[in-house]
Amino acid sequence: MTERVGVLALQGAFARHVEACEAIGVAAHEVRTAEHLVGVTRLIIPGGESTTMSMMLDRNGLREPVAAVLADGMPVLGTCAGMILLASQVEGGRSDQASFEAIDLTVKRNGYGRQNQSFTMSLSTAIFDEPLHAVFIRAPRVTRVGNGVEVLAELDGDPVFCRSANVVVAAFHPELSADRRLHRYFCELS
Amino acid sequence: MTEMSRQTGTYEVKRGLAEMFKGGVIMDVVNAEQARIAEDAGATAVMALERVPADIRVDGGVARMSDPAMIEGIQAAVTIPVMAKARIGHFVEAQILQALEVDYIDESEVLTPADEAHHIDKFAFTTPFVCGATNLGEALRRIAEGACMIRSKGEAGTGDVVQAVRHLRSILGDIGRITKADSAELFDWAKRLQAPLPLVQEIAETGELPVPMFCAGGLATPADAALAMQLGAQAVFVGSGIFKSEDPAPRARAIVEATTNFNDPDVLVRVSRGLGAPMTGIGMDELDVHYEDRGW
Repeated sequence: MTERVGVLALQGAFARHVEACEAIGVAAHEVRTAEHLVGVTRLIIPGGESTTMSMMLDRNGLREPVAAVLADGMPVLGTCAGMILLASQVEGGRSDQASFEAIDLTVKRNGYGRQNQSFTMSLSTAIFDEPLHAVFIRAPRVTRVGNGVEVLAELDGDPVFCRSANVVVAAFHPELSADRRLHRYFCELS
Repeated sequence: MTEMSRQTGTYEVKRGLAEMFKGGVIMDVVNAEQARIAEDAGATAVMALERVPADIRVDGGVARMSDPAMIEGIQAAVTIPVMAKARIGHFVEAQILQALEVDYIDESEVLTPADEAHHIDKFAFTTPFVCGATNLGEALRRIAEGACMIRSKGEAGTGDVVQAVRHLRSILGDIGRITKADSAELFDWAKRLQAPLPLVQEIAETGELPVPMFCAGGLATPADAALAMQLGAQAVFVGSGIFKSEDPAPRARAIVEATTNFNDPDVLVRVSRGLGAPMTGIGMDELDVHYEDRGW
């Protein structure tokens, strides 16, 4: 089957993820409604505001269709807000904020502070030979790692890049750098 | 193993936050209660200010940065990013806003300008800046000063979308024309726009502004937001249009839905239905003061 990535485009940095996929030769399109999931083999949930995205998942009727493809084991990459939407528990969120509970992590929203504390760094990982250039923006902080979660990179002892089966999450923004290794890793996951 | 050091306040993280606002709505709020309504509606950020532009017009006088206590109250009330406005050229107001840890500073023509010739040197700050522009030359001058997000100015506080449309068409139209210019013509473009040549050359290559381009000023309805998005804005700011309308909460929510689904007329019908009266508005020909003329 030809790979086709669907990028959740309710709000946020979705266009940059589409560009990143296309740059490595993988077809990608924006997903705003359930119909847009047809033909999608992998899903990306981008950075943006997790509260806004959570509300728009419900208003656009995407909550159950996305939960269904995740339950079927479709590979999914969540970056920043996307990581929050995939985590099993969220601290510092709104009470009406619901996540897909696809990876057993507890994450704290804005766990690294406000925008003035946003940062870039060179990040060593367990899977790439050379460090990644990682851009952290009002990033979520992982406060608990649960069963079946493989930590692929950490920062000051806290995981920032994790995988559990077909679910990959990063607290940072691979789509904002020209380095495509993380997208390639995700698109080759099987 | 020690990781390499972290860098804060870089162009990349400042511009990166602007990317996170794309496809969303940033709402003007004057107190914590409005901020909560905005967050409940799905705003991606709130802009904290003392008075919405419609009231600044009515009240007259000098409009300044908001009271820090009011900004802190809003920061405590919501989990989404909080922006605030400084007067054009008033770098001390910007220093105060940075110390307050607002997430974005709007060097705004809606406030009374503090400097008639100079804008703030925005590279001197770790907090990112958004600035208004009416045309491409103005946008590029602001980017050259360090702005990481540009918004069309529109004519704030009027509820009249015509100026926002004019500014968007002017900026995006010139970008389109520059992509068709040859390398010799780019020198003339830079001269005419009064903008740095390297930025003009970058646009010729990429076909877009070097930073995200949002729309502001006069948006009052879901259709207005979708119009801005279809014209090529990447997100919208809504000021007086929400909290000066008859029933702010449903209108705020409808504008959020219209911004995400800007190309879907069926959704636009659904969200536009039964919203009550929009802000009354002031026609452009009735204005004494044009905020769009502020900025150099």
